[in-house]
Amino acid sequence: MADKIIMLGNEAIARGVYEAGVKVSSAYPGTPSTEISECLAKYNEVYTEWAPNEKVALEVAIGASISGVRSLSCMKHVGLNVASDPLYTFSYTGVNGGSVIVVADDPGLASSQNEQDTRMIGRSAHVPVLEPSDSQEAKDFVKFAYDLSEKYDTPVILRTTTKLSHSQGVVELCDRVEVADKEYQRDVKKYVMMPGSAIGRHVVVEDRENRLAEESCGFDINKVELNDKKIGFVTSGVSYLYVKEAFPNASVLKLGLVNPLPKQLIKKFASQVDRLVIVEELEPVIEEQVKSWGIACDGKNLFTKQGEYSSNMLKKALLNESDVAFDQVNVPNRPPVLCPGCPHRSVFSVLNKLKIHAAGDIGCYTLGAVAPLSVIDTTICMGASISALHGIEKAKGHDFIKNWVAVIGDSTFLHTGVNSLINMVYNKSKATVMILDNRTTGMTGHQEHAATGKTLKGEDTYAIDLAELCKAIGVPYVNVVDAFDIKELEKVIKQSVESETLSVIIAKAPCALLKGQKFPFVCDVNPDDCKKCGMCLKIGCPAISKGADGKVIIDSTACNGCGLCLNYCKFGAIKKVER
Amino acid sequence: MKELNVMVVGVGGQGTLLTSRIIGKTALSKGYDVKLSEVHGMAQRGGSVVTFVRFGEKVFEPVVEVGQADVIISFEKLEALRYSHYLKKDGVIIVNDHEIKPMTVVTGAAEYPENIFDKLSDKHKVYTIDGKKLALQLGNPKVLNTVVLGFSAKHIGFDKKDWLDVVEKTVPAKTIEINKLAFLAGYDK
Repeated sequence: MADKIIMLGNEAIARGVYEAGVKVSSAYPGTPSTEISECLAKYNEVYTEWAPNEKVALEVAIGASISGVRSLSCMKHVGLNVASDPLYTFSYTGVNGGSVIVVADDPGLASSQNEQDTRMIGRSAHVPVLEPSDSQEAKDFVKFAYDLSEKYDTPVILRTTTKLSHSQGVVELCDRVEVADKEYQRDVKKYVMMPGSAIGRHVVVEDRENRLAEESCGFDINKVELNDKKIGFVTSGVSYLYVKEAFPNASVLKLGLVNPLPKQLIKKFASQVDRLVIVEELEPVIEEQVKSWGIACDGKNLFTKQGEYSSNMLKKALLNESDVAFDQVNVPNRPPVLCPGCPHRSVFSVLNKLKIHAAGDIGCYTLGAVAPLSVIDTTICMGASISALHGIEKAKGHDFIKNWVAVIGDSTFLHTGVNSLINMVYNKSKATVMILDNRTTGMTGHQEHAATGKTLKGEDTYAIDLAELCKAIGVPYVNVVDAFDIKELEKVIKQSVESETLSVIIAKAPCALLKGQKFPFVCDVNPDDCKKCGMCLKIGCPAISKGADGKVIIDSTACNGCGLCLNYCKFGAIKKVER
Repeated sequence: MKELNVMVVGVGGQGTLLTSRIIGKTALSKGYDVKLSEVHGMAQRGGSVVTFVRFGEKVFEPVVEVGQADVIISFEKLEALRYSHYLKKDGVIIVNDHEIKPMTVVTGAAEYPENIFDKLSDKHKVYTIDGKKLALQLGNPKVLNTVVLGFSAKHIGFDKKDWLDVVEKTVPAKTIEINKLAFLAGYDK
């Protein structure tokens, strides 16, 4: 009997990729997609890498596909925006070796800046979109996706959501099946997308989508469960699980392929039930198409476009039923915070002291927006801190940004921030950019990047020197400062924002969660010296709190020993003690 | 086959994930279908975190919904209160007697609730344990999770041996012995 183990959705996707005989994978980390590449890296048969961004990752996968092997790229939903340039044209060229793009949506915003729906991009790029419901299907659908990709000569998107990617379910393992490389042949009409050839490929794309809409009516992954016919649900992905939980006896059409839709299958199912209800998180992608065919159905008139669904929500909306016994207790919120010992806190404590605004970016340091640090004013997308600050400067003049900086992490800077900095150099900015270099991709759980000196597989590689990179593109002033040296930081920040030239400050110190980053000491308060002034609380360290008597307490098990709080105690009440 | 909905709640970094994985694997080893839902990314950074484990003959939804929890294991007092309404009428809640003040309390924007155990006991069956104290007695505060899990295991089911087998297979090799001792310290409490 095959091994049955419990696997994270993302782990199951990686297993499916391995079993499907894939040879090349490229990705940029992004919650909730990151673990796919991390799990895949453990299989020696698959070349797996971190790319600096999703556009590069997809282009690597395209190259591998054209050369004739099965390839993968994976990213979070907003990563697909970055990769959408190659995606739309990959749809035209089609594949040689099968190619799958795993895209992880985040309804409910567990760790994202928006709730966009990848199915919409699949529709507009005319790329098939598959949507599994649980770990076993995640693995099975990946393998099916490669067959589909090669049969229909198209890239295929496998859409997952946070609930699937970060849930575990039971999976049956199979062996890897090696797939023979396809022969590479020069084919200008297929792979050189200049107008003359693209015109022809557009016809191919339309024909492909029409054929798929028809033939997918017979696919096993589009499954009809006919039971009680009073209500028939059309649903897919994790929404299927909520439907089954809430209405175990209802009829269900479970769609495995959500773009293009199997029109005839849906029409037939609709005719077999009294009432058709579409259950889909986020956008009414299925509903609007079904309605456009003249079929009456319920959908977003009952359910929200926001957040994650649940079986309770379905029962409430359709039956007005609830079996909840207790009311929710009103308790203080516990929002995420920067960890004890985080070097970002040190930088933000200085910016806060100097009353400096920050155009922020995507990473842990976004948490610098909330009290008590309250430094970050904007967060848009990867790389936008630098370009947005440039826009502010050009709109309001240099004097307006003399109390502003851009803050961006090392990995994010290499992702797309460097382009924005080139723009600043080129267009004569006098702004200050701070690269918060913590030597890792922190928020997503510590992935290597082009400046860490290690590959995804843990091999040594060249580490890009961020300071030299900035100098090479023409930044006149580049300063590298220890992120915990707050005196030096204060001096350099003041100089930079007041100067009449563009400057980059690289605030460097490793992420507190990286292995071996514990300081040899912890901090402790001498209660006799504590004057209850509360200054140390202003740095927002979760290890520091106020006791019943108003004096400060430091939790020795939480303290990392960075010693930042010592700098903010005027009375010398905080001391370093041995662990 | 019985069906059980378990929640493990706490503060990001307290190790709710490993605990729920041990519960899930134990249920799987006894032939159950298992679903488990985790929290990754930003919420992990010191925020309120919740992990769901469901097992039974066939489980669809990976999360436990409000009103459906048989057992809640909480590593922190305030978090126990936050999620207590997830309990079924006759559900039980196991609370580690430990307080971590959220930033909203540290900054003075909110107050840490008083008498949490009384508030919980008014409505629910509550069991409390000082996991940190027992873990320190074993010489390693990090095994607090396993102590609390051992204490909670009786409310979930399975034999002591089933649990210990999975603990052995799940924790890092160097910490197998201390984790087994920690499980037993909680189990025999």
